[in-house]
Amino acid sequence: MPVTTKVVKQPNMSFMVRIYFPAIFQGLALTGWHFFRNLTLHILHKFDLFKDVPAAVTYQYPEEKRPLAPRLRSRHRLTKRSNGSPRCVACMMCETVCPAHCIYIVADEHPDPNIEKRPKRFDIDLGICVYCGFCVEACPEDAIRMDTQILDIAAYSREGMYLTMDDLLNPENHGAIVLRDPKRPQPASQ
Amino acid sequence: MLEHVISSTILSGIMIFNVINLAALHTWLERKQSAVMQDRIGANRAHIGPFRLLGLFHPLADAIKMFFKEDFVPPSGHRVLHTLAPFLSMVFALITFAAIPFGDVLRIGDMEIGLQPANLNIGVLYILAMLSMVVYGVVLAGYSSNNNYAFLGGLRASAQMISYEVTLGLTIMGLVMIYGTLNLQEMIRWQGRLLFGFLPAWGVFMQPLGFLLFLAAGIAETKRIPYDIPEAESEIIGYFTEYSGMKFGMYFFTDYVETILLACMSTALFFGGWQVPFLRSGGFHWGGTLVLGLPHLLVTLMQIGSFTAKVLAFCWFFMLIRWTLPRFRYDQLMKVGWKMMLPLSLANLLATAVILVMVGN
Repeated sequence: MPVTTKVVKQPNMSFMVRIYFPAIFQGLALTGWHFFRNLTLHILHKFDLFKDVPAAVTYQYPEEKRPLAPRLRSRHRLTKRSNGSPRCVACMMCETVCPAHCIYIVADEHPDPNIEKRPKRFDIDLGICVYCGFCVEACPEDAIRMDTQILDIAAYSREGMYLTMDDLLNPENHGAIVLRDPKRPQPASQ
Repeated sequence: MLEHVISSTILSGIMIFNVINLAALHTWLERKQSAVMQDRIGANRAHIGPFRLLGLFHPLADAIKMFFKEDFVPPSGHRVLHTLAPFLSMVFALITFAAIPFGDVLRIGDMEIGLQPANLNIGVLYILAMLSMVVYGVVLAGYSSNNNYAFLGGLRASAQMISYEVTLGLTIMGLVMIYGTLNLQEMIRWQGRLLFGFLPAWGVFMQPLGFLLFLAAGIAETKRIPYDIPEAESEIIGYFTEYSGMKFGMYFFTDYVETILLACMSTALFFGGWQVPFLRSGGFHWGGTLVLGLPHLLVTLMQIGSFTAKVLAFCWFFMLIRWTLPRFRYDQLMKVGWKMMLPLSLANLLATAVILVMVGN
């Protein structure tokens, strides 16, 4: 087999390109313009002027959260009926459809004869969850949603990622999850 | 004699204090200026109590961290040279400042103090010589680490220094021909003249091409982007690969000290040093007549302020360059150095000589 070669043509650079200076001045003009614009804006912001023109694209994260799209799939929550009990009827649709098998439901008889069942336990292991949102789509009762906009989910142990029905019904006290005792009861059904 | 010793000690103290603190501030400037240039905010989390002071505590935090890190010498390295190298680099970078004048003569009573740690009549040569010594620290670091990457870094540093110091020396020679002296203080005094009656006779107006070449070669001396070939984090880690803790910090620092040195040199040689346009001893002059009389102390303070402001402006400008340009490739570096800048600086020298003869000095 003959050796194939490819001739790479060197770009024919003019003198102005080869001495680099014009390109360097262009670059300096651009970065210098950004510097002075942003510096002026930073100073003006200190005097509460032009607050709507951002001087930096940075979000100062823990204090300042980035605006999220409303349809973003974030941490789960269980919706409630008007009396505060969970809407969930323990139909097991979400547990069945979950590709990661991270939902564990234990069903129970509901005291109201019009409602067939209720969940005794409804646990989600966020350490396994893939945030696909299938559970939300599968739910016939609009009982589970992923609209809490909570993204900073962290724990010191795998057990800490394990959410019980309590956590899911009250997403607002999610900060407590991070420091939860790692010696929690293990998942009920595996 | 004793007075002379005391005044020299105080002046060197002032110089070293300012240079080292400015170098420490450069770490802050580096973070903040790059952030502002790139639409970011920059490091602002280090705090003492509730005070963050725009991230000014970060240099302090850095220094504390560096002091408490492990001091590592590679087992196969040369222990003595490995320890000596950063000190060589640092010391030669710092003593170069001895020849930098930051003000005119200060008169207190009948005592006259030249505001310059050492009034050398070969100041420019001294600076060039000491600047070339800095590279010894770098080469020794590469050699004594017994690490291929560090060694490559040292080699690249020496190649770069040789290529660019020629241009650096030749561009300064153009100025030496015009000023007719190697004494930096005298050079700055010369720049107090006026061209055509209104333009200050600063070196940048006499030697515009020389100034550009000097800047390019000078930045190459500081080993910072776009000439950070010896360091080149993304290809070789650099000559300080095997350094940790404060010894690494000293190399880090030397770069900043050299940047400040280059800023001082550009100011002194090309931007009139401590000269304020139209300000001479006694006050502001216009067309040979005194317009505004000022006391001697105020004039001296204004001159020192002028020097400081120019140096800070240059530091800012070098930071702007450092965060704008990409790194040169090694062959581009050599090509620019030997095929572009050296002939240009020679042509500049020739043109200067011809013009000087034609003008008849």
